[in-house]
Amino acid sequence: MMMIKFILNGEHVEIESDPSRRLLDVLRSDFNLIGVKEGCGEGECGACSILLNHHVVNSCLLPLGNIINQEIMTIEGFKTTKRYQIIEQAYIDAGAVQCGFCTPGMVMATESLLHMNPSPSDFEIKIALSGSLCRCTGYNMIIEAVKIAAERGEGLW
Amino acid sequence: MKDMMYAKTIRSKIVKGTIKSITIPPLPEGYFTVSREDILSKNIVKIIFEDMPYYSTGEINHLNEPIMLVVGSDMEIIKQIVDEIKIEYSEENGVFDESQKTIAYHFKKGNPKRAFKNAEKVIEMTYHTGLQEQAYIEPQGFIVYEEDEKVTLIGSIQCPYYVKNAVVYALGCSSDQVRVIQAAVGGAFGGKEEYPSLIACQLAVAVKKVHKPIKLIFEREEDILSTTKRHPSRITLKAAINELNNVTSISADIAIDGGAYTGLSSVVLSRAMIAVSGAYTFENLEVLGHVIKTNTVPNGAFRGFGAPQMFFAIEMFMHHIAKETHQDSFAFRMRHIARQGDKTSTSGTFRDPILLEDLIRVATEKSKYHSKALAYSQPGIYKGIGMSIFLHGCGFTGSGESTHIKAQVKLLKTKDGLVHILVAAVDMGQGIKTTLPKIVSQILEIPIERCIFNYPDTDNVPDSGPTVASRTIMIVGGLVARAAKELKENWIDNLEQIVTKRYVQPSYIKYDESKFKGDAYPAYSWGVSVVEVSVDPITYQTKILNVVSAYDVGKEIDERIIQGQAEGGIVQGIAYGYLENMSANKGVIKQKNLTDYIIPTTLDVSKMSTYILDNPYQYGPFGAKGAGELTLIGGAPAVALAIQMAINKNITKIPVTPEYVMELMHDDD
Repeated sequence: MMMIKFILNGEHVEIESDPSRRLLDVLRSDFNLIGVKEGCGEGECGACSILLNHHVVNSCLLPLGNIINQEIMTIEGFKTTKRYQIIEQAYIDAGAVQCGFCTPGMVMATESLLHMNPSPSDFEIKIALSGSLCRCTGYNMIIEAVKIAAERGEGLW
Repeated sequence: MKDMMYAKTIRSKIVKGTIKSITIPPLPEGYFTVSREDILSKNIVKIIFEDMPYYSTGEINHLNEPIMLVVGSDMEIIKQIVDEIKIEYSEENGVFDESQKTIAYHFKKGNPKRAFKNAEKVIEMTYHTGLQEQAYIEPQGFIVYEEDEKVTLIGSIQCPYYVKNAVVYALGCSSDQVRVIQAAVGGAFGGKEEYPSLIACQLAVAVKKVHKPIKLIFEREEDILSTTKRHPSRITLKAAINELNNVTSISADIAIDGGAYTGLSSVVLSRAMIAVSGAYTFENLEVLGHVIKTNTVPNGAFRGFGAPQMFFAIEMFMHHIAKETHQDSFAFRMRHIARQGDKTSTSGTFRDPILLEDLIRVATEKSKYHSKALAYSQPGIYKGIGMSIFLHGCGFTGSGESTHIKAQVKLLKTKDGLVHILVAAVDMGQGIKTTLPKIVSQILEIPIERCIFNYPDTDNVPDSGPTVASRTIMIVGGLVARAAKELKENWIDNLEQIVTKRYVQPSYIKYDESKFKGDAYPAYSWGVSVVEVSVDPITYQTKILNVVSAYDVGKEIDERIIQGQAEGGIVQGIAYGYLENMSANKGVIKQKNLTDYIIPTTLDVSKMSTYILDNPYQYGPFGAKGAGELTLIGGAPAVALAIQMAINKNITKIPVTPEYVMELMHDDD
């Protein structure tokens, strides 16, 4: 057990815990951030995607001890931003959400992409989202949503 | 939830045999094992065919068969206990071939014997299809708790009343002692149709023992290794060809692998058998079908429900017949497509207009099918284009709706004019939370915000049947529309009003289940899919280049939702045909996670275009028919035909993996 400090959704937090625990479990059980989903526990499906210093990562593969003093953003924290609103509306307008289980992870991957590349090509969008599995949509409507978000949010990223 | 307990399932480590002994270490306080000894009434999961226990009886029929639960407050301690429990088995050899048959069906249309006797030529082929995993991104899971004597289950489920009825049967209690609430459900695709009933029964027994809330969520590996999948099949087809090079009769011998327990396999088999004609009309048929029992994880419901296997086989076969008789495949297929007034495979009638010619015209024009097929038939190009033509019978097979389901829906108007839609149908991403309120709001001419659809709770909603078989919009939505019309006629402001409607079969539908005779479905949805591929002659990998589909789903209630169903469905169907590879070796499934069971990612999909032609069905709401399953069915045959063209070899099994392509390309015969 050790005291671990990090920045979670913009706030300094600390937790006394085993540093080998998966960040996914810490976020869900200790911080009640249940927008982070577990789909496979092996880093394949991307349902547990969060931002680590603005970059999308699988929280199921991240031990708590690796994030000391780092910045973590989950969908709950991202939800308060203007950029989220743009992405949310784009997802709605493109019909990019069916069951919604992959959506928080997809949205975090979208934010991570647009943060690095505000006007991505179709192929760049596909690469950026390829770590998030969706079984419902067939992806094209999600890719369309990212294009809409990039266009509408010009200047925000 | 306060005092929440967790549970983990102990599963068999052998494929077949019996349990000799179970040694349980002394358990810490507050930890329990729950097994068949704790069962209060019946150890059977109530599905259509009742042969599956929810806690092993001591006889093991497949690997990872559930034996007991370990329940307690700390998952780490539970895992330790699981490791310490020792089970000794007496092992036997499993059966994995077709030697154990559990269900056998047979039907005929016309006079197949005479057709074969008079045939100029007889052509025969055998096709194989593999396992397919639903791979819903959200694994199976339930929370169960007890209040007074009543058991409440909150679950990721498609069919609240299937779960409720199974638990009532397992506990031997009265119906009001079990309540089932649907949690927000991640896409299920059939995988949460009958399987959750098994976990629910285990947990209901457990909660009656520990009297504390219990949460059981599967990890992905456990989910893949122990839950139901799409039935593998072996389909042998024989065609009688006359002097005009037309098919006069098909004889089919179909075997689907049900795995260790029968479950829904008999119904999957009957849908596969009825689909024997594809979207064509053959005057004479002889159809034999079996469910075979093997010592493998049981198979069950998956979007398409037997039809995808059969459509793969018949579409490949039609193409093969054309080739063998030296005819243009397109013209040959067009001569055989079903037309209004034709007799269905079960000697019922296609009563409604059939738009197949229009669908085919749209799909082939938009995909440039003809010019590309011509160009790609040259050697050395390694590209191909394939077209599949298909239908899907909407709703339950045969008289299922009227004799088994008897769907009931309720609309409750509150004093302040809110209309609650009370049905047991589940939104799992297919959009009924949008479409059902849309139907009600349009009929009542009130804003959609005043039409309320909440996740079903069996204490509040009547049994409108399971969320399966592409029936929700056509059957449940149709009843909701009728209820809304009645409410509109009798609407009184400031008064609470309730309208209930029960399903009545259209009087023209007559079906004899035992003989497979009559109208197997009240209506059919139709589709045409064109898939274009390239095959890498060095790596043998297939790349999807373009997908064009045209559908007749009656009338779309929401354009974007149908587009979502269309794109998601065909991606699953195409992947079934070439990408998703699951296999079992002597009862051991080789793929364990999404790492080795590959489903499509963004990089595997191409541009997709979907065209919808209106053809309103008189009993559907605003003319709507089923759509959810239809869109998957054409994927596998279209991609397999495209690959076949690209490599100029006969494909007889799916998935068409790079290994299979390599084998075919190196086979010079």
